Amino acid sequence: MDEQYFIDSANLTEAQRKRKHTLENDPASRRSHMEFLPGMEQIDPTLRETVLAEMNAYDPAQYTALDVQRALSHADERCSLEEFKALLSPAAAPFLEQMAQKASLVTQRHFGNTVYLFTPLYIANYCENYCVYCGFNCYNDIRRMQLTPEQIEHEMQVIAESGMEEILILTGESRAKSSIEYIGEACKLARKYFRLVGIEIYPVNTDEYRYLHECGVDYVTVFQETYDADRYEQLHLAGHKRVFPYRFEAQERALLGGMRGIACSALLGLSDFRKDALATGLHACLLQKKYPHAEISLSCPRLRPIVNNDKIRPQDVGEKELCQVLCAYRMFLPFAGITVSSRESASFRNGIVKIAATKISAGVSTGIGDHEEKYTGKQDGESGDGQFEIDDSRSLSRMYTDLEQEGLQPVLNEYLYV
Amino acid sequence: MEDTLKLGGREFHARFILGSGKYSLSLIEAAVQYAGAEIITLAVRRANTQEHENILDYIPKGVTLLPNTSGARNAQEAVRIARLARELGCGDFVKIEIMRDTKYLLPDNAETIKATEILAKEGFVVMPYMYPDLNAARDLVNAGAASVMPLAAPIGSNKGLATRDFIQILIDEIDLPVIVDAGIGRPSQACEAMEMGAAAVMCNTALATAGDLPAMAEAFRKAVEAGRSAYLSGLGRVLERGGAPSDTLTGFLHD
Repeated sequence: MDEQYFIDSANLTEAQRKRKHTLENDPASRRSHMEFLPGMEQIDPTLRETVLAEMNAYDPAQYTALDVQRALSHADERCSLEEFKALLSPAAAPFLEQMAQKASLVTQRHFGNTVYLFTPLYIANYCENYCVYCGFNCYNDIRRMQLTPEQIEHEMQVIAESGMEEILILTGESRAKSSIEYIGEACKLARKYFRLVGIEIYPVNTDEYRYLHECGVDYVTVFQETYDADRYEQLHLAGHKRVFPYRFEAQERALLGGMRGIACSALLGLSDFRKDALATGLHACLLQKKYPHAEISLSCPRLRPIVNNDKIRPQDVGEKELCQVLCAYRMFLPFAGITVSSRESASFRNGIVKIAATKISAGVSTGIGDHEEKYTGKQDGESGDGQFEIDDSRSLSRMYTDLEQEGLQPVLNEYLYV
Repeated sequence: MEDTLKLGGREFHARFILGSGKYSLSLIEAAVQYAGAEIITLAVRRANTQEHENILDYIPKGVTLLPNTSGARNAQEAVRIARLARELGCGDFVKIEIMRDTKYLLPDNAETIKATEILAKEGFVVMPYMYPDLNAARDLVNAGAASVMPLAAPIGSNKGLATRDFIQILIDEIDLPVIVDAGIGRPSQACEAMEMGAAAVMCNTALATAGDLPAMAEAFRKAVEAGRSAYLSGLGRVLERGGAPSDTLTGFLHD
């Protein structure tokens, strides 16, 4: 069923190709995705179990226009879990404009007209996992690269010179290549050049999150990809990422490790996007309830084409569906930050920041070590391939002006490391 | 005697305190002018920026800065942010905001009292944002606060005087200026708070979400002035039912 994702390379050895095909075709050859590996910390599973039980019981088809109208009828901001489900259902599609109007008011009340800007910095694209849809997957034939501390600092200087004050550090998911210490050193460097440092790396244990926090990180993003455990099993065929519950509990471990904020996300288009959106929102909601001081945000990426496979599409999640999800997120979690990445087009991002999104990226490259080339046109060395193709490639200054012209106030930083 | 608001040895004529978040930097000057504001709050964390634009550059000269400690989750963090504000050149006024809840942004009174005590000793003019609790307000007075700033409703909610009766108790019992902060959504609510005897009103979201920000700033200024005048002139009594005849029925009785 997932043939559209599978691609072989001539550079794979016979043994590798055989192993890959076995993983793809024989479920019995794959390790259990629900069992923790040695060294993976286990915490109280209640939150995970609650989210999954709600998601599994959710049947989007059973909601009607009446349920949607009821959800939209409140004068105040109250939006129950049942109403959230109605807003995510197909029955809400004809009410998209009304949802956007209401979401926009809620966003304004909580965030005014401010929009936060950040840029991601990929420091390594080595990966030990076989996630069939991802450009970094270990069987994909791409140019692999890991930046040295000197190269990282250079990239950071180039980005900082553009005026950016918030950075998100990303790696492929390889503990062997990109150790916690390697990432920690990158974060210490980032603190020199940026006011706010976030990470999006492989999930780690509480004590490792604490170490990274001490290196200057306060925000942790982890994409669950899909909350549907069975579907997750079919898409993440090998590597530590395959362990579904360990990934699910990453945000909670990050908060236990002292991080100020976390982001939850499903990669829409991998499974039933309505159920994934429900689980994402509820995951964030329950984390805030359990850790009331935590700053909560949501990301909402859709599938994108990758190097060697330009056929990957978000399938049934069009811009209208994405907009519906974002409006529902906003009404269910009025206080949550919502990030929309450069996977989406400039026109979509210009529109959605007036409705629900509060943070967007600018000056983006998903490749390794190519910011200088992107920012200055100067080519002075090799670079590693990107994780996926971006759509909106606007620079920081262009984004800043565009937002101002839309009547919005760009904010480069509103954060203090205390 | 001139009616002024006294805070930290300074006297202010305006009783409308303006917030600076949630709207375009380019509108701050107009907002200050139309609101007639003499004090403007700003988040220290928002001023913690350098490369592009800094909110501090948009605040007109002559306006007193009231930096707030938003982002602080406990007394210790609030103290550090307040000291940073002083280093950034924001002066000695500080509004303490300590929140341990990112959903409602309700203030933590216990931690706020601790921070007030530390900062007051360091010479700050401490204006704590608080949940309107009489015991906590008394503790804040003892800790050296220059005013108390009880919330009318959750920040950004525009819900008005949801805590009306408890704010009235603070006004009646606390000798410091009681400044109503957060939740005021319309000029009429600001006016009502002033009629109750509040020393001042502070607003941000109500302006930020208005169709015409400067015009709404002016509306708030007028409402606050009207409410203050009504309070000073002594409001007439309120009859719960019926009317009050000006001639009494027992006027014929002589002894």
